[in-house]
Amino acid sequence: MSKVKITIAGVNKKPGSSREYKTGGWRTMKPEVDIEKCIQCLKCFDYCPDGAVKKTEDAIEFDLDYCKGCGICERECPVDAIEMKVEEK
Amino acid sequence: MGEQKGLTIQGNMATALGAKLCKPDVIPAYPITPSTLFPEKISEYIADGELDAEMIRVESEHSAMSACIGASLTGARTCTASASQGVALMHEMLFIAAGMRLPIVMAVGNRALSAPINIWADHQDTMASRDSGWMQFYAEKNQEGLDLMILAFRIAEDERILLPAMVGIDGFVLTHTVEGVQVPAQEDVDEFLPSYEPPHGKLDPEEPMTFGSLGTPEYYQELKHDQTQAIENAPEVIDEIFDEFEEEFGREYNRVTPYKCEDADIILLTMGSMSGTARAAVDEMREEGKKVGLAKMTVFRPFPSDLIKEILGDADGVAVVDRNISPGFGGAVFAETAGTFINESKSPLLKNFIVGLGGREIFKKNFKEMYEKTKEAVETGEVEKPVEWINMDEDVMRG
Amino acid sequence: MTEEDKELFASGHRMCAGCGEGTAMRAILNVAGPNTIATVATGCLEVTTTAYPQTAWDIPLVHAAFENAASVASGIESALKQMGEKGETNIISFAGDGGTFDIGFQALSGMFERKHNVTHICLDNEAYMNTGIQRCSSTPYGASTTTSPSGDVSIGEDRPKKPLARISAAHDIPYAATATIAYIDDLKKKVKKALEADGPALVHVFAPCPTGWRHGSDDTIELSKLVVETGIFVLWEAEDGEICDINITKKPKERKPVEEYLKKQRRFAHLTDEHIEKIQKEVDEKCEQYGF
Repeated sequence: MSKVKITIAGVNKKPGSSREYKTGGWRTMKPEVDIEKCIQCLKCFDYCPDGAVKKTEDAIEFDLDYCKGCGICERECPVDAIEMKVEEK
Repeated sequence: MGEQKGLTIQGNMATALGAKLCKPDVIPAYPITPSTLFPEKISEYIADGELDAEMIRVESEHSAMSACIGASLTGARTCTASASQGVALMHEMLFIAAGMRLPIVMAVGNRALSAPINIWADHQDTMASRDSGWMQFYAEKNQEGLDLMILAFRIAEDERILLPAMVGIDGFVLTHTVEGVQVPAQEDVDEFLPSYEPPHGKLDPEEPMTFGSLGTPEYYQELKHDQTQAIENAPEVIDEIFDEFEEEFGREYNRVTPYKCEDADIILLTMGSMSGTARAAVDEMREEGKKVGLAKMTVFRPFPSDLIKEILGDADGVAVVDRNISPGFGGAVFAETAGTFINESKSPLLKNFIVGLGGREIFKKNFKEMYEKTKEAVETGEVEKPVEWINMDEDVMRG
Repeated sequence: MTEEDKELFASGHRMCAGCGEGTAMRAILNVAGPNTIATVATGCLEVTTTAYPQTAWDIPLVHAAFENAASVASGIESALKQMGEKGETNIISFAGDGGTFDIGFQALSGMFERKHNVTHICLDNEAYMNTGIQRCSSTPYGASTTTSPSGDVSIGEDRPKKPLARISAAHDIPYAATATIAYIDDLKKKVKKALEADGPALVHVFAPCPTGWRHGSDDTIELSKLVVETGIFVLWEAEDGEICDINITKKPKERKPVEEYLKKQRRFAHLTDEHIEKIQKEVDEKCEQYGF
């Protein structure tokens, strides 16, 4: 990551700038959703520690830039619409 | 220009009055001897409607400084008072206040540190925080305590500095001693000290910022360097503001004030209330034909190396009088004075005298003894004991 | 509610995969909204979200030190009040269990007693996780940590968990509650009530730590549910310091055996049947006190 010029007292004036840091690279398992099964209950959205679940028009999708592959979404999905698969790199 | 009002008051009241004239918004404070009168007076000012401020009666000095930090980050003008163990307890937060570049002002009733517990004057409490990044001012008398509070706010809030500052007045010797002071008119202080708007940002939901980030090795050293530069550049700003104060209020302040130093062979270097006694001793010795002078240090941080060299550089010997002790070396002022001369081609001989710990009195005769000992070292060219403790009671020493 | 711009706790934070704090923080800031100022104590939440020059916080935040999130917040609240800028702004002090139960307890008690309008949120993962899983007064009986290791003559942590929320409520503060991330709506409701309370409030949030508890990263929510279903962690709220008349917000119909909860975590792997029986007995007694 390229470095920036420091600010006085290290005050950070870029709220939410951690989004520049993609944690998706930590992942070994990757979630996949079966949109046919998804009932959009959004439990996966609520429970995701990384804010990596996005609502789409008729289901959800994963933001793989940030998904760390914890598998909470798969475990908590009430209709088994999510499956963790080995990440191919 | 309003008229100054003469009052006869204790030192703590002088610093409280100085603070009040600066119209602080938030004053978190915890009582500790000998500075308790400060929060008491502030509470009275608020209770009587003379000061419109929020006082936070915190549960510890650590929380006092923590609340100062929170308030200052919100854009409030903030001050507190403490002493001794209280300053020690807030030690951690002193560094954080400076690192966050917050112009918090603290009045300190300088007092010894335990153990043994002791409530009387020395400079150990503030000397122990000399690496915290705070500016440090020391008053000789109550007038200076009052003026230095006003000056401390103005200097601390100057955009070129933006650092916290502490004003030390010696415990009991000043904190509880009644002296005459001239009190500047409110409108003049208002003009001298404009309202505070943090230039580096504040906690505001309209413009979210993160303060107190984790500084990784990639950035920490640069951030510390940046902070250090602010205090290293401060002397120029301090001199400028001291001059402005003198013009406005008619009282002169210097980072180091020389007294009869021009032709002096030996100079006493002092700080705080002992300077008055030292001055009287110098006058008596001068009458005896001794070429002795006095340098009184008002600003210890940033260390006034330039003035120390200028004022002491031509003397044969300097008696550095420390009301503190760094066990295993000597006094803090001595160490830094010695450091100042390290790369100079010409340096006076330096002797260190430890005096007045835990409220031990300091007499004129003690300064005369220091003069004689320094003079002797100069004449013989030998410094047998660089650090000597003065006014010891041999009868109670263990051997 | 799913748009990125409403996420005030941004992705890209460096919490471990499956960290319960991430789930908690997203929900909490979602309820608090942008008109919020936060302080955070030193700890996992702080180091994983504020590494310069990035921040996961989309609201104003200050981190000062470990033990003083509540006193820094006291200063902020007083300043806003004095300068006439308090308005509807929420002030939250965040700390982990170390920064709340142990080192931050004095500052927290002072903030409660002085009646600052601040909500303290404790994210409890039951040990000093940021420094490497050392025991805290929040660590439950029987847990093996790096400073309360189980061994031939040690069961691990040998003292019960400090009842933080009850002690907080005993300050006669307007609102105190316990919550877990399994019941997100309950958590959100409690955070909302805490923020709306006229005065200090506490929300004690149970947030599992896969790294420190040594469970699967996907077990986080399930454990937050099991801890309630077994009766180990009781969800309740108390208003105006009414600690004798608390409102149990989730009462398991039929309590599950504690073993189900304990067996999923390697920090409890050393426990014998005898130990588990003892824990079960204590939980039974506690639940009886709570009336179920």
